[in-house]
Amino acid sequence: MGQENAFLAAWRLIVELDPALVEIVILSLRVSLTAVLLASLLGLPIGAALAIYRFRGRGAAIVIFNAMMGLPPVVAGLVVYLLLSRSGPFGGLGLLFTPTAMIIAQTVLILPIVVSLTRQVIEDLWQEYEEQLRSLGSSTARAIPTLLRDARFSLITSVLAGFGRASAEVGAVLIVGGNIAGYTRTMTTAIALETARGDLALALGLGILLILLTLLLNTLAYGTGRFAQRTTG
Amino acid sequence: MVKHTNAREFNSTRRNILAGAAMGLAGLSALALSSTQALAQEEFITVASTTSTEQSGLFDHILPLFEEETGIEVRVIAQGTGQALDTGRRGDADVVFVHAKAAEEEFVEGGYGVERFEVMYNDFVVVGPNSDPAGVAGSDDVVEAFATIAETESTFASRGDDSGTHKAELALWGMADVEPGGNWYRETGSGMGPTLNTAAQMPAYALADRGTWISFQNRGDLEIVVEGDDRLFNQYGVILVNPEMHEHVKAEEGQAFIDWLVSEEGQEAIGSYELNGEQLFYPNAS
Repeated sequence: MGQENAFLAAWRLIVELDPALVEIVILSLRVSLTAVLLASLLGLPIGAALAIYRFRGRGAAIVIFNAMMGLPPVVAGLVVYLLLSRSGPFGGLGLLFTPTAMIIAQTVLILPIVVSLTRQVIEDLWQEYEEQLRSLGSSTARAIPTLLRDARFSLITSVLAGFGRASAEVGAVLIVGGNIAGYTRTMTTAIALETARGDLALALGLGILLILLTLLLNTLAYGTGRFAQRTTG
Repeated sequence: MVKHTNAREFNSTRRNILAGAAMGLAGLSALALSSTQALAQEEFITVASTTSTEQSGLFDHILPLFEEETGIEVRVIAQGTGQALDTGRRGDADVVFVHAKAAEEEFVEGGYGVERFEVMYNDFVVVGPNSDPAGVAGSDDVVEAFATIAETESTFASRGDDSGTHKAELALWGMADVEPGGNWYRETGSGMGPTLNTAAQMPAYALADRGTWISFQNRGDLEIVVEGDDRLFNQYGVILVNPEMHEHVKAEEGQAFIDWLVSEEGQEAIGSYELNGEQLFYPNAS
């Protein structure tokens, strides 16, 4: 049962395509990709607004978002847990220990990453564009979609950074999802469970599979980006 | 890669905003869908239980039988006993299935649980490195063995997580008149499996429930050093979370699960679970 069997275990997992494993992979992707989508929908406009508006407390807001990039997943999980618990303010929704709770926790976790990286990209672009946009009589608000559009290839990286955090973390989904077999068990919580069971080969095998999936998604994102860049000039 | 903007692109900003709004709606509906899917699923109950029952594979063995018979899906959250009782206290589970009699009775007396039913038992074992630095191997007096481990300051890995096993371990130190602490006493603050992983590496003595020990695969040099003492008895109980305390508790379905566990059929299912040819839990519902 040495670690040298991990590659064998990973290979067997892929070849046998166990239905329980497929379910786990699909849930992991569904949770992390939905969280990335929500964090991007919120984070891209917030990041852009933070880049171009000047207001009191802007510096503080930037520092807070930057710092929250280091928010420990277990803390994000705990906060969402307390909010969604039956004894908490949103207990009536009955969302604790569901995939929705996991999506919420991961969205909270990766929003600061998307906001902070977007702000940096847009701030650089804004310096270049500001004069021209102002001369065309554009309002600041109207500049946001244009800036986001023109920076879209750079922004892919910030979205991918968010996805990386979401798909890799275990602390938040374990607390709010409960690692329920067949319902809220993801790749990372399954790895934690197999490690706890002492089946290190299977745990590492699952880990290899997760890394391969992440690699595949990043390749797709890179390829799509390159293709779009070439076709749109 | 930065394109220079022209006026035409400005006219398209409204379209972009609309597109953004549409994507936002799509995202929110995806989220909503995730939650309605959960609601639309057949009946289910949430059971807060212990890592020992989950990690030993017992639930994988008995739950399909119950689900097939009743159509009620059982969602198990594996935590330490202390945390599982707290999950019940907060109303985040319908049933708690744990092993710490005193804490369970307190839970019922506090009004958080309806009634405690005994379900099954197994026993704890003391495991340690086969070099046996404290010289306790083969003993059937666990209290004396604990006293010797403390005297010789042999490394001991404690759960330290307020779990049922941790409570049992602390009770044993109490019987041995030892206040555990110092360099030889390491609290891992984690579940049974991770604690055994740690103990195997240190190496250290540890108290483990037999179920987790049998199913545990990364033993290294660890082996059982003390077993068979009556004081290592480990009783499991199951309690319905009080619907008067938390009105959303699925009392009917939860009680159906408890009734099944203590029924002849449920007891037989528990008793028939074997791993590596060894029976892990002994049914003893009254």
